[in-house]
Amino acid sequence: MTHILLVGNPNVGKSALFSRITGARIVASNYPGTTVGFTRGYFKSGEERVQVTDVPGTYTLEPTSKAEEVAVEMLKDGDLVINVIDATNLERNLNLTLQLLKRQIPVIIALNMWDDTRHRGINIDVARLEELLGVPIVPTVGVTGQGIKELVRRFPEASVPKTTYSGSDERWAKIGDIVNQVQSLSHRHHTWYEHLEDASNDRIGGIFIALLVLSASFWFVRFVGEGIISHIAEPLFEWLWTPLLMKLSLVLGSGGFWHNILIGKLINGQVDYSQSFGLLSTGLYIPLGAVLPYIVSFYLVLGMLEDVGYLPRLAILMDTLMHKLGLHGYAIIPTILGLGCNVPGIMATRILESRRERFIAATLISIGVPCAALQAMIIGLVGQQGWQYVAMVYGSLFVSWLIIGFILNHTVRGFSPEILVEIPPYRLPLLQTIAEKLWLRISGFIREALPVVLVTVLVINILYIIGIFNSIANAAAPVLTNLLGLPKETIVALVVGFLRKDIAIGMLAPLALTAKQLVISSTVLAMFFPCAATFVILARELGARDTVKAAGIMIAAALTMGGLQNLIL
Amino acid sequence: MHRERQITLHQMNIGQTGTVVTILGGRGLMQRLEGLGIRPGKRVIKISSTPFRGPVTLRVDNAQVAIGFGMANKIVVELDKYLPGDTVTR
Repeated sequence: MTHILLVGNPNVGKSALFSRITGARIVASNYPGTTVGFTRGYFKSGEERVQVTDVPGTYTLEPTSKAEEVAVEMLKDGDLVINVIDATNLERNLNLTLQLLKRQIPVIIALNMWDDTRHRGINIDVARLEELLGVPIVPTVGVTGQGIKELVRRFPEASVPKTTYSGSDERWAKIGDIVNQVQSLSHRHHTWYEHLEDASNDRIGGIFIALLVLSASFWFVRFVGEGIISHIAEPLFEWLWTPLLMKLSLVLGSGGFWHNILIGKLINGQVDYSQSFGLLSTGLYIPLGAVLPYIVSFYLVLGMLEDVGYLPRLAILMDTLMHKLGLHGYAIIPTILGLGCNVPGIMATRILESRRERFIAATLISIGVPCAALQAMIIGLVGQQGWQYVAMVYGSLFVSWLIIGFILNHTVRGFSPEILVEIPPYRLPLLQTIAEKLWLRISGFIREALPVVLVTVLVINILYIIGIFNSIANAAAPVLTNLLGLPKETIVALVVGFLRKDIAIGMLAPLALTAKQLVISSTVLAMFFPCAATFVILARELGARDTVKAAGIMIAAALTMGGLQNLIL
Repeated sequence: MHRERQITLHQMNIGQTGTVVTILGGRGLMQRLEGLGIRPGKRVIKISSTPFRGPVTLRVDNAQVAIGFGMANKIVVELDKYLPGDTVTR
């Protein structure tokens, strides 16, 4: 089987090209570091199945970071390299190209972002460039698919040219020579988004824009999330699903083992989606009715921020603060991804250079960054008591995030390097790519979260029926009541939090907690321990020893914060 | 030649243009910067800086790069022309 590698600088559109070539849908964004692991896909060329790998972006084949090492290592098992070049930064991209051409592997070049060259006033003589480099070159536009067919058609022409230069000085001289021959620049006007780029670089303008973007995003997520819940999700459950469940309830005889498992308890003779706790009632309502609307609205906003290219600019603004936490500004990107789901957030910590940074960032994400599912439930449940209580939960998490980061920065050994990152240009996001990415993330949530939620609800019901929770509750009672001021029944929610945190918050609903108790239990639940999926990723990324360390920090932090809240509130 | 004309990236004013002269760092730093297109002989424009020892942003060709405070202090630049009005910040 032929194995094709997509190789190029970070943020030149490799992932978009990968999607176009293989038809596989993967997340592509307008900032360096979207692809942290490699992605494999396949397509048929005649009768042959061809494997394509989307290699993490690298600036050089003399690796300077772990992600680049991975990329270089992968070159060894490829049969053909598609070198993806950002046509608007020819010189810098050719540095990697010339290094690739020295390897004994056939290369074809995709001159990507071709559409951008025109409005930037860049003219490239493709035929001449092809002649000088000795490999086929095809202008492409990854996001729209322009040039992809031509690229695939010319795969067989890929070749290993004779490239002679020794050392980096000679290489740069050669690159300079090539660029002089093929590229000419013409005058052009600033586009309106380039003016916006200048504004976000401005010290005052940057902070102003950041505040504007963040508050608008928050408002939008809530507005859209709430809107979907009250206008679509709730009516659908109310008018379509409830009557069906009530019929099923009658068929099952309004009680008994199967009724308890499938529908749960009837509250005043009715299905109550927040309290019944059956597989088909609460088990479906929490993921689809309460959480999914917020997943949709969150990822819609995140997708837009990603594709516009705003996140790296936020990273620059946050750099000084993040250094106090032992991280640099770019760590804000995994953190923001963590607000959707901790799993991709922790995986994205790979873009950070040192082990120490990755440990701090991953620990902070699992303690202080609530995922969208958890947030949706907190807003839904605690929000009923008043917005000040929701603010207390968020405030406590943010303060914990800051303090723990500060402590880790002063205790964890090793060093945290400085930020060095390319800032992508602002781009107008294409509606179609935003929609595709949103769909990818939503279907991912449904595929991965829904089964876990259902199994969790099933396990809870069975354990209830067996009566195991009672003995756990009695054992944990002293800590819960004395330290946190919570009734012993909340232990059940804390234990379930290990499986799914949204369900865990949902379990607090029938307990009739006071506002203060809700704030404490939500905060402790958020900080206390990552959910099972996050825990697995944490162990994979950090290794067993550091995961145990991180877990210890989480438990200590959660109990301290919960205890403080109990004293102060 | 004025000695003041050679300053670090950090000392450049926003909007000033200059040519990279040397990078006072090890091979690792040189390589990373080179990958991003920043190497001796390259013309750069300083675009912004951030207070409290925050990163410096510059434009090199068509790319914008953010560079941490410490690294920015290791990149020596020769300003395009020395105007009497230019202030060299310390």
